[in-house]
Amino acid sequence: MTDRMTISLTVNGDAVSREVSVRMTLADFLRHELGLTGTHLGCEHGVCGACTILMNGRTARSCLTLAVQADGQSIDTVEGMADGDDLSPLQQAFIDQHGLQCGFCTPGMLATITELLNTNPDPTEHEVREWLSGNACRCTGYQGIVDAALAAAKTLQGKVP
Amino acid sequence: MSWVGSAVKRVEDPALLQGKGQFVDDIHLPNMVEAAILRSPYAHAKVGAIDASEALALPGVHAVIAHADLPTELQAQIPLLVPNPAIHYPVMQYVLAKDAVRFAGEAIAVVVADDRYIAEDAAERIIVDFDPLPAAGDFRAALEPGAPTAHAERDDNVAAAFSQAYGDVDAAFANAAHVFREELFQHRGAGHPIECRTMLAAHDPVTDTLTIWANTQAPHRLRDVYCRMTGAADNQVRVISPDTGGGFGSKVQAYPEHMAIAAAATQLGRPVKYIEDRREHFLATHQERDQLWDLEIAVDADAKILGVRGKLLHDSGAYLPWGIITPFISASTTPGPYVLPTYKLDVTCIFTNKVATTPVRGAGRPQATFAMERLMDRVARELDLDPAEVRRRNYVPAAAMPYAVGLTFRDGSPVVYDSGDYPACQAKALDLADYDTFRAKQEAARSEGRYIGIGVASYVEGTGLGPFEGATVKVTPGGHVIAQIGASAQGQGHRTMLAQIVADRLGVTPEDVTVTGGNSADLAHGIGTFASRVTANAGSSAHVAASNVREKILKIAANLLEASEEDLDLEGGRVFVKGVPEMGKSFGEIAVVANGMPGFSMPDGISVGLDDTTYFKPERSTYANGCHVAEVEVDIETGNVAILRYVTAHDCGTIINPMMVEGQVAGGVVHGIGNALFEWMRYDEGAQPTTVNFGEYLLPMATEMPTIEQTHIESPTPLNPLGVKGAGEGGTIPAAAVIASAIDDALRPFGVKITQVPVTPEYLLDLIAQRRND
Repeated sequence: MTDRMTISLTVNGDAVSREVSVRMTLADFLRHELGLTGTHLGCEHGVCGACTILMNGRTARSCLTLAVQADGQSIDTVEGMADGDDLSPLQQAFIDQHGLQCGFCTPGMLATITELLNTNPDPTEHEVREWLSGNACRCTGYQGIVDAALAAAKTLQGKVP
Repeated sequence: MSWVGSAVKRVEDPALLQGKGQFVDDIHLPNMVEAAILRSPYAHAKVGAIDASEALALPGVHAVIAHADLPTELQAQIPLLVPNPAIHYPVMQYVLAKDAVRFAGEAIAVVVADDRYIAEDAAERIIVDFDPLPAAGDFRAALEPGAPTAHAERDDNVAAAFSQAYGDVDAAFANAAHVFREELFQHRGAGHPIECRTMLAAHDPVTDTLTIWANTQAPHRLRDVYCRMTGAADNQVRVISPDTGGGFGSKVQAYPEHMAIAAAATQLGRPVKYIEDRREHFLATHQERDQLWDLEIAVDADAKILGVRGKLLHDSGAYLPWGIITPFISASTTPGPYVLPTYKLDVTCIFTNKVATTPVRGAGRPQATFAMERLMDRVARELDLDPAEVRRRNYVPAAAMPYAVGLTFRDGSPVVYDSGDYPACQAKALDLADYDTFRAKQEAARSEGRYIGIGVASYVEGTGLGPFEGATVKVTPGGHVIAQIGASAQGQGHRTMLAQIVADRLGVTPEDVTVTGGNSADLAHGIGTFASRVTANAGSSAHVAASNVREKILKIAANLLEASEEDLDLEGGRVFVKGVPEMGKSFGEIAVVANGMPGFSMPDGISVGLDDTTYFKPERSTYANGCHVAEVEVDIETGNVAILRYVTAHDCGTIINPMMVEGQVAGGVVHGIGNALFEWMRYDEGAQPTTVNFGEYLLPMATEMPTIEQTHIESPTPLNPLGVKGAGEGGTIPAAAVIASAIDDALRPFGVKITQVPVTPEYLLDLIAQRRND
């Protein structure tokens, strides 16, 4: 059995090809091999959600996903959210609604809410809270995060938040 | 306009939102290697020979370092930094276990390899000759005669004993109309920041200097402990705390792992990184854990308190890295916002074979508040009075400020409440919570078979503890305004808070001020980020330092512009004659003068440099306060507690940034709700941890959390120039008390009385069943 494999994937729109150890997690691949350190590890057992990224537009735990499982897939991380220096409406809403304090869980929150707003553009507060049930934040009490998701939904729909 | 008091958007946010933060694990140095730590699987055992040959044979492994491999000066216990005569046995953890381990998870060896994967493979291959010993598990059982001792060389498990007392409490009880007693078991979990402990050490052989990047809440202390242990001079060691993913107390201490990783880096001559995983965090990062309160209250016929007395047992764990600070704070927080004429609490701190306990957000205050507020609810119930009314009858009135409680706080100063209006604070909370209309709502719910209840709890919190924190404010010849503090941030928004303070003094905007913190090389001295103390201490230092820089700008400009200082104004990075902006100088031009010209004498009366370093030293602690009201619904079939509303009235003195204060309060409340309902670090009787992941140990999640409705009072303190008090912990402190109060109220038809936190569904169903059977 070989313990290394070459994988080819798309990360934030760019084609990437690398030889990796087959036991390397996707999180370590993104962080160490590609230097995309915005994806954070909080529990490494799939509960806290800090490492959440988007794989083909759907959220995935990069701590529980092997890099080789991402072969041929399209990955989006926090580094790809802004357009240059222009923050996305969701990122801006996090600033405006005080949706982060230490910022460690934030990349996972952004990924999770991105998927939410793509599938449900006008969620209720209850729906936002349900959707965030797999992302732990220890700083904010979730309030600013929930408010940010609701505000971003309004902005994205062209309503004044 | 004034920046202080405005909801300025945080300067920290843009980088963090784009994945551009710099956390320790984001730093990658050339030639760096990674470490794993071999930890004890036993709660108590003798440690014999360690055979690392198989581990060392693994390709990619560079070293296995155990106790005997450390430099002699680190073959030692971490020093006790806060000694106290009440401590019977001042025992501390060795950097790496010497000949015994005293909790499951104690560090035994550091394995260094090319990467963490290989290091963990190697750690599994190390063979340690353990000789298991009986362990002290539950702290109550550990006090029984003949119980296994946590330290084999000791005859008992008493770590420390002391009393907090004033007034003739027994006389007060002898003459009381009513006496009520409660036994309260309280568990508090751990801080559990989402980022576990991280550290990276690099030794530079050219200059013989060591740099430690660590997500510590106290960089100077970590430096000082390392220097004290190794004999290094403090200019040979630099500790940098970069972006940090939360702390909540868990990252305050200088841990054995810090010393071991520093030793590994020095020994190997390569940068060594160690990133704790969550399981290790459960095992080896300090927690707060268990207390048992046996408390009595004496009241007169009108429910006025005459005295409180009792006993407190505190689980210290195996070592005393922070002395007896937590139980000491508990014991001096009990009186809370009430006129308590007499008081005596006998405290016993108990060794167990568990990781050491040190403060977690609230630091012993939530437990004291829970104990006192449970007694207040008991008085209300027994005398058939409204719980809010019982509290009103006993509050220290605003006119009594400053109010000397009669106790000594942990900083050695008398507990003197400096300002606050506790009755007004309660009134604001009750008003926002629609307290007066709740009974009708409750009656309607009960007629539908729903059990809803309302609870109320007040607290007073010692914040802003000394001895000092420092700040340097400077203006460069390029016109940059820079503020440096020693304390590190873990998400509180220090940079924004300090930028607001400095901007006000220098007539610039917060974006114009570059703030750095958490680098021990920036300021000679520092204490750390804990006890809700940074705004009061470092904020005050920055205010004074910026004021001094302002004076200097005015002095130099008055000279250059041939104007009097009173006729000058500062705005937009310039100093100019009032009303004539073109008659002025830029800050950069002033800095050029202040920095001197080569070969020329300094102008008369001008000290060197356009900068100032101030260490603000508060005379004593300043006391914040608040009142919380919670509305809950209990499902009597499942034992589930749903929080319907949660209201806070919060008084932290002058508010620098209302948005960030509300963020602190909301986060604090949710941490407190976690303690009230979910978070329980469990061990079995043999002191083996049984909750070591987030499936077994429950964090509060968005789904279960209510919106925190907030209102504020500002009672500025006279003890610092800004009038500020701490805001970081007040949200947590009364949360367990108010939830218990609300559950009692919801289950009044069953006569249920909560005497334990967390209130688990099992516990609640048992109480309901007992009452149904009675």
